[in-house]
Amino acid sequence: MIKGAYVHIPFCEHICYYCDFNKVFIQKQPVDDYLNALEKEITNQPRSCEIETIFIGGGTPTALNTEQFEKLMVMIKDHLYHNGITEYTVEANPENLDNAKLRLMKNYGVTRLSLGVQTFQNDLLTEIGRPHTNRDVIHVMQEARHYGFDNISIDLMFGLPNQTEDMLRASINEALRLDPEHISIYSLQIEPKTIFYNRMKKGKLVLPGQDIEAQMYELIINELAANGLIHYEISNFAKKGHESRHNLHYWNNDEYFGFGAGAHGYINDKRVVNAGPIKSYIREVNKKGHARTATHEVTRTEKIEEEMFLGLRKLSGVSKRAFYTKYHQTIDDIYSRELADLKERGLLTEDEKRVALTKQGVFLGNTVFESFIK
Amino acid sequence: MSDNKKSRQSRIRNFSIIAHIDHGKSTLADRILEATSALTHREMKAQMLDAMDLERERGITIKLNAVQLVYKANDGEEYIFHLIDTPGHVDFTYEVSRSLAACEGALLIVDAAQGIEAQTLANVYLALENDLEIIPVINKIDLPSAEPERVKQEVEDVIGLDASDAVLASAKAGIGIEEILEQIVEKIPAPSGDPDAPLKALIFDSVYDSYRGVITYIRVVEGSVKVGDKIRMMATDKTFEVVELGVFTPKPIAKDELTVGDVGFLTASIKNVSDTRVGDTITSAVNSANDPLPGYRRMNPMVYCGLYPIDSAQYNDLREALERLELNDSALQYEPETSDALGFGFRCGFLGLLHMEIIQERIEREFNIDLITTAPSVIYDVTRIGGVKERVDNPSKMPEKKDIETIEEPFVKATIMTPNDYVGQVMELCQGKRGEFIDMVYLSENRVNVIYHLPLSEIVYDFFDQLKSNTKGYASLDYEFLGYKPSHLVKMDILLNSEKVDALSVIVHKDFAYERGKAIVEKLKELIPRQQFEVPVQATLGQKVIARSTIKALRKNVLAKCYGGDISRKRKLLEKQKEGKKRMKTVGKVDVPQEAFMAVLRMDQDK
Repeated sequence: MIKGAYVHIPFCEHICYYCDFNKVFIQKQPVDDYLNALEKEITNQPRSCEIETIFIGGGTPTALNTEQFEKLMVMIKDHLYHNGITEYTVEANPENLDNAKLRLMKNYGVTRLSLGVQTFQNDLLTEIGRPHTNRDVIHVMQEARHYGFDNISIDLMFGLPNQTEDMLRASINEALRLDPEHISIYSLQIEPKTIFYNRMKKGKLVLPGQDIEAQMYELIINELAANGLIHYEISNFAKKGHESRHNLHYWNNDEYFGFGAGAHGYINDKRVVNAGPIKSYIREVNKKGHARTATHEVTRTEKIEEEMFLGLRKLSGVSKRAFYTKYHQTIDDIYSRELADLKERGLLTEDEKRVALTKQGVFLGNTVFESFIK
Repeated sequence: MSDNKKSRQSRIRNFSIIAHIDHGKSTLADRILEATSALTHREMKAQMLDAMDLERERGITIKLNAVQLVYKANDGEEYIFHLIDTPGHVDFTYEVSRSLAACEGALLIVDAAQGIEAQTLANVYLALENDLEIIPVINKIDLPSAEPERVKQEVEDVIGLDASDAVLASAKAGIGIEEILEQIVEKIPAPSGDPDAPLKALIFDSVYDSYRGVITYIRVVEGSVKVGDKIRMMATDKTFEVVELGVFTPKPIAKDELTVGDVGFLTASIKNVSDTRVGDTITSAVNSANDPLPGYRRMNPMVYCGLYPIDSAQYNDLREALERLELNDSALQYEPETSDALGFGFRCGFLGLLHMEIIQERIEREFNIDLITTAPSVIYDVTRIGGVKERVDNPSKMPEKKDIETIEEPFVKATIMTPNDYVGQVMELCQGKRGEFIDMVYLSENRVNVIYHLPLSEIVYDFFDQLKSNTKGYASLDYEFLGYKPSHLVKMDILLNSEKVDALSVIVHKDFAYERGKAIVEKLKELIPRQQFEVPVQATLGQKVIARSTIKALRKNVLAKCYGGDISRKRKLLEKQKEGKKRMKTVGKVDVPQEAFMAVLRMDQDK
């Protein structure tokens, strides 16, 4: 059963220094051809059942102009949307989310906004290549509420160059003042092909380091819990009932479509990837109706491993019954040694219903996840 | 003896090439092959004498080879050349001396820009000891920095050879090749032995072949040998029946007989290379020679280290790998050893550091075994109180201080050739390595031989690398074993998480213990990744802690993002992390990476 659809808009007005997603400057790009190809790809994809969630991400979906944005909304409405959709998210950046786009989204059924805020310090925003200010964020939140959006997520970052714990605390407080339903808060990872990566290689990037980062993460968990946001995944916090259903599909190891340049999908036991470069994506779709470049058939072993290392990202952990229903073996049948070892080390906890990370396990998640890979 | 045979013997020339690494030996060998044998360009891989990948990568010839070539000289006669290749590293001095003993002459290749290096000099002396006729060749004369006249003068001054006829050549550009070949004919004497005397053939190398057993490379010095002959190895006293004889052209060509002056190969269903020791004499089992050829020496390892599989399930694979390598390498020694920290492994003996590195790399590459190597050690002669003597090749086996009367360690005479600009740095380095200054000899206006007596253990550490970096790569080193002398040595233990790790114990000089200890604990802190808990690292002498550092606890490693549904990427990351962990050894509760066990070797490099 394919539960969700991810749609990728690989265009940006600004390139953030930390971003390694598939994206390009929007100027001089064949945006309209891209949207046509996207529509062709979506309509060509055979579907046997109805999906539950839609997520439009990027890049920056709101970097499209109003007509292009409307075209995107219409396309989704025509080919993916239906009354059973329980969550429909669009990623938006504060600097280019205008009222016209808010109105379009509201009219075409978008239920959830995910705002790329990152931090509330204007100096720090400049240092990470973001063009917006904290004022833009406050304004956009007001307008979104005004248009009736009642499920808004704010994206924040920590472990940024020159970021202190005080700065982080201030950002969290600002975010809480805006009363979002959901906060995603990611620690900075330096990835190849980013501006930060190149700076780091030249020795010109000063990062807080592991110890400060751990303290920051602790701070985040405490502050958000104190304000009624439930820590439900490593990097995600939500008011009760506002957990991201689309993202939960990933962590529940469910299947999903991936549409657009460089998008990843998980369809009928196969992990698939589309061509990344815009032009080759358009060419492939026009030629073959799809742009798939790589397909990996997931073996049973891999599937079980992924069930564990994705599922354990949820603070509620992996359900024993769901696991057994899916694989006709218990977690203990397969991983008794790993479970015993991780429990002894205080990283994992187990009751009759589920296996989950302990508090320390949340911090040392990769140590836990790695144990479930053969 | 028939005239025919006599005439043939007079037309044989046996020679090898002496050169420093990078001075162009392999290229010149290729040119000689092209100019003589039937080999076409297409058949010839570049630098074909260097057979193994490893040799090619390091630019060092490890195994010797011998090639028969036919050269039509300007006098109209056809000459039979045997080109015998020699390894070019200090660890293999004895092997070099034996292959030189199989020759009547040698080409001395000197780089026209760089001049003579210590290693070249050492090999020239070996050649002179073997009474070889030496033909100097100044190579790379086409380089803009070439100074052939200066280098010629150096050859005269330093070695005392007449360099007036030295060939000016460029192997790369094909300059001077014919002149070299003509000089080989003119200057190198034909072999002198008696073909009717009892057989004496010198073994100068052997390799193991899984189909034919050991293939022995021989030079017939007296008499002759035929297929079917019963032969006897004079040092090991083993007898065999000759199955196959032949020469390499470089393709192997079978022969019924090898006679005086011939250089070729012999197989005789020999199962183990240790039955055919380099330097041994093959004689007839029926009509034996009275005395073997001179110069045979049993090779003894100088450097020892522990080799352990990271995955203890690979212990048997490691044993098989060592057995296989031993077939080809009689200098390699090993015996089972147990370490508290590392489990089951082997204590292995090597001729020197390079030999050790080559064996490790071959085990990892050819046999796919991830290894933990402990820091190399020399053999210490320990006298216990009460007079009982023992030899200790593993620092962790050193008796307790209270039981020791004296410890003696091996010393070498190190000859370091350096441009005089770097004499200061060289002396400083030697002084810091407990060296005793012996002599300084000016070889020419700006080249100096600095001679020191040094403990071998100091050379075994990272002396060579430091020498190179302190002299911008200009200095070269040669050393020879002197003997054992008592030193004020102590055993330093390393504790991880308060547990002694036997594989990290080292023997150090008392005066250097604090400094070394501090450097080692700092290096280990850097090399060992954070663990779930804080790990103290301590260096101790007996019960006394002399240095400590702390590896902080791992606080956070969880990966933030899901990369927009890109699960494969996340998986790859975890797999890589897992792979890294598999290459670590768990000692107590601490995961220790391979490099950490060699920490003692690396610590000086960062200073």
